[in-house]
Amino acid sequence: MNQVVIQVENLNKSYPTSAGLFPALKDVKLTINSGEFVAIMGQSGSGKSTFMNILGCLDSATEGRYVLDGRSVAELNKDELALLRNRTIGFVFQGFNLLQRMSLLENVALPLIYCGVAHHKRQQRALEMLTKVGLESKANSLPNQISGGQQQRVAIARALVNQPRLILADEPTGNLDSHTSEEVMQLFESLNRDGITIVLVTHEPDIARYAKRQVRFLDGCIVSDQATQHAEVNT
Amino acid sequence: MMLIMLGEAWRAMGANRLRTLLTMLGMVIGVGAVVLMMAVGQGAQYAIKQTIAAMGSNLFVLLSGSSTAGGVRSGGGGNLTLTASDAEAIAELPGVQAVAPIHPGSAQIVYGPNNWNTSIIGSTPSYLDARSWPISTGAAFTNSDVRSATRVALIGKTAAQNLFGDDDPVGKTIRIRQSPFVILGTLAAKGQGMDGRDQDDTIIIPLTTAQRKVFGSQVPGSVRMVMVQTTTQEIMPIVEKSMTELLRQRHRIRDGMDNDFSLRNLTAAADSAEESTRVMSMLLGAIASVSLLVGGIGIMNIMLVSVTERTREIGIRMAIGARQKDILMQFLLEAIVISVLGCLIGLLLGIGSALLTESLTGTVVIISANSILVAFSVAATVGIFFGYYPARKAAQLDPIEALRYQ
Repeated sequence: MNQVVIQVENLNKSYPTSAGLFPALKDVKLTINSGEFVAIMGQSGSGKSTFMNILGCLDSATEGRYVLDGRSVAELNKDELALLRNRTIGFVFQGFNLLQRMSLLENVALPLIYCGVAHHKRQQRALEMLTKVGLESKANSLPNQISGGQQQRVAIARALVNQPRLILADEPTGNLDSHTSEEVMQLFESLNRDGITIVLVTHEPDIARYAKRQVRFLDGCIVSDQATQHAEVNT
Repeated sequence: MMLIMLGEAWRAMGANRLRTLLTMLGMVIGVGAVVLMMAVGQGAQYAIKQTIAAMGSNLFVLLSGSSTAGGVRSGGGGNLTLTASDAEAIAELPGVQAVAPIHPGSAQIVYGPNNWNTSIIGSTPSYLDARSWPISTGAAFTNSDVRSATRVALIGKTAAQNLFGDDDPVGKTIRIRQSPFVILGTLAAKGQGMDGRDQDDTIIIPLTTAQRKVFGSQVPGSVRMVMVQTTTQEIMPIVEKSMTELLRQRHRIRDGMDNDFSLRNLTAAADSAEESTRVMSMLLGAIASVSLLVGGIGIMNIMLVSVTERTREIGIRMAIGARQKDILMQFLLEAIVISVLGCLIGLLLGIGSALLTESLTGTVVIISANSILVAFSVAATVGIFFGYYPARKAAQLDPIEALRYQ
């Protein structure tokens, strides 16, 4: 196993706008090791979501180097990127992003379709994951029949189903109340204890508190990078 | 993999049933129209072929030339230049299957209290072969009847009905111009000819009997026309040439002088009739194909709407690891399933309406495996062709844009 999961050097990203190029990320440099639990913080427009999309291989940087699990992402073609998203990364979104037509079990099993796992094996693995997030009894329900917190747990199960090294969560508690947020974060904590690297984007200090390391963005630059100090939260 | 995707396509179609059904309807009507039109067209072609076969196939008709007497020109056959021995000579030519010298006329026929005016054909037994005309009951007269000019006759269905009603004519004696004729057999029904005349309203007697005892002839042994059947259609031009040469030689016509006979190819007229029905049925098929095309455009339209509607779903699928070709296959398969299902329903509809047309109007329809195959493969092609563009559009979406789509 590679010790370094994410290595980003001199990453730049700019968007063309009517007023010329807008720099969303400026010379970002970050290394995340296996087993870390990192919260990426910052106000909206600070570049944290853009950074997250690049980490998730959904977007590409304008400049700079991004090595994910030992592979330089800029050199990969679209199919190889899809494979990375399928095998190495698990995504959790703010809006859950479950497919409404499908049962929870089928939603969780969906990533397995794209790496050619047989039907029986898919069902079995998906059910295991649903059990892990405590929703095995609702396997055949549809997403709109369960609560938001439960939907997010299904989304986490889906992210886990292919046993990724890395989970990327973009504001996973943004649509949840504080109680269910806590449940979801505790789930992330326990996954981290099992050795999965977690990178989480949030603007809420209460949520960032669960992470072991906090990285703060401002105007496209990293302005602070430190271990979580629990005393600080209490004051 | 394919099965999963088929399952997904099925589910996506089920999510909006009415829309799927309406999209399919375009294909259903298109395929149905193609199948029906082709069935009707091929039926018409078959009917024409039957008529041609009834007339006899690969036929030439030799007519005696016209005569000019005191400035008055008779029509074709007025000058009886052809003889039965010409016919015998032609029979020796290679490629000739049957030769029938014909001496026609018409007369009043009497049986008991009934009488009927009908056409009388004096010929030889090979006349029946040349015209592919089977005997229905009794038997045909033979060459020995022709040699000895016996008074025997074969009677067509219409003439028999008018003279005998429902009685069996075989063995009965009729009178033609006061002479008694024994009916040996009845001819099978042949129906209407190419010119609309009832071919069954006729009586056939031996050639020599017609020449010597019924109509007489100015030139002994002469005949009005000779029917010649060749073995195959391909050989007809060769036979035509050798026949012309033979007759010119026999009639002692010098180079540069006109023939004293004329030669007609009956099959040519029939061929052109067949050709025109073929063109008509192709035209029908082409018009029906337009509706198939319209159906295909309908599929493309709906698939484009579907891709837009499911942009977010596409984004999610891409984020969890779907490759471009997975997305492409998903939407392409959906289009194919819609068009193939529509095609199957269209086939049933087309066959059903073709059979209904047949039973209601009595028109002959022919549903060939070929037309079904054509309709089916065209429909599948339409599905792939019109499904490809929307599917490609889906596959090339930017995952981030797609995920942001509301």
